[in-house]
Amino acid sequence: MIPAPFEYETAESVPHALSLLATYGEDAKLLAGGHSLLPMMKLRLAQPAVLVDIARLTELSGIRVEGDELVIGATTRHADIAASDVVKSETPILAYAASQVGDPQIRHRGTIGGSLAHADAAADLPMTLVALGGRMEITGPTGVRTVPADDFFVGYFESVLTPDELLTAVRVPRGANAPRGYQKFVRRANDWAIVGVAAYDGRVALASMGSTPLRAVAVEDALRSGASAAEAASHAAEGTSAGADFHADKDYREHLARVLTRRALEGRTG
Amino acid sequence: MQLKLTVNGAERTDEIEPRLLLVHYLREIAGLRAANVGCDTTSCGACTVLLNGESVKSCTMLAVQANGREITTAEGLVSETGELSPVQQAFRENHGLQCGFCTPGMVLAATSLLKENPHPTEQEVREGLEGNFCRCTGYHNIVRAVLAAADALAPDTLSPDTLSPEEVSGVNA
Repeated sequence: MIPAPFEYETAESVPHALSLLATYGEDAKLLAGGHSLLPMMKLRLAQPAVLVDIARLTELSGIRVEGDELVIGATTRHADIAASDVVKSETPILAYAASQVGDPQIRHRGTIGGSLAHADAAADLPMTLVALGGRMEITGPTGVRTVPADDFFVGYFESVLTPDELLTAVRVPRGANAPRGYQKFVRRANDWAIVGVAAYDGRVALASMGSTPLRAVAVEDALRSGASAAEAASHAAEGTSAGADFHADKDYREHLARVLTRRALEGRTG
Repeated sequence: MQLKLTVNGAERTDEIEPRLLLVHYLREIAGLRAANVGCDTTSCGACTVLLNGESVKSCTMLAVQANGREITTAEGLVSETGELSPVQQAFRENHGLQCGFCTPGMVLAATSLLKENPHPTEQEVREGLEGNFCRCTGYHNIVRAVLAAADALAPDTLSPDTLSPEEVSGVNA
């Protein structure tokens, strides 16, 4: 499968990337690792007229501690996050989630910003950012805005990013000792979650239970009122809108959400 | 546009279309046929090559994304005098293949894995090859080959978890 023809531009800096986006508007797509975009272009589900390659912008890549947050550049690869000593010690659930994306080859190319901008409700990192209560740093023509992960995802493969904006960094809380759990149910190697659950410090997020990663609000409420993990997890499907596909129907996904949420709240990963 | 990169140690410059996939560049322009197109959807790993020493799926990369970088294919693992790399040799000795279609990708994924984790456990080998599908062997000999290659590459620095239970308990000591 071969993508439709496009113009290829290499961004030399963030301002240059923004000016290219301003010039080409909706005809342009940003290319980082390309592991969400290129498969869509090969299937001709996406046919951008211009690709703006931001993968070589070193200013967009890297991990640093800033106060009580970790700041992770948008083009930081999954493999680098999974292997990062600082992420493993300060925000271990994020390192674990990054290690669960796809397979080693995919993690050598895919980036955190690319995964979040792609906004797949079944993916590991969008769910994890919601569970962490992370924030997205978005640079546009008028400057930088910061959007909470809760408000970033708005629909199937849709975020609040506008065509002239660039996701530049992600901010997540440092919380080495915060209670956490991570569950991803798959039936095939390197697949997306049929249902996924990330729990962090009283927040619970679900993957593949709606058009975006969802907060399991009823579970969080129950935990706050002192419910056990098992009691709280029984509310996991409330407020969700799971779909059906050849892996699972709605009832089965709701069942998985309850079971996996209980396991995540018990602190289990994998 | 112009593409300039290093393939198996040799610098190349080619005029290409931006939409050309790396695997097609390697097979049809560079004439290197070890990387196969299997699923063409980032799943099977038959197209795996090394990009600056790390495994990547060349069906999901544009050739232009390799501009200025170093690509290694299975052909490039063989020495100038025709000697197989330790990983290739281990696949041969352990019969880590049947039809051979997945083998170049398996060997390169294993080469990358052993660079990142020189002493993997069997479980780590299986997880490390998650991105490579073999429809013939059932994986057992492939996993054996990778563990044998790990021993061949770094025999003196075994970590306890690479030893078999017998070795740990001293039965074979």
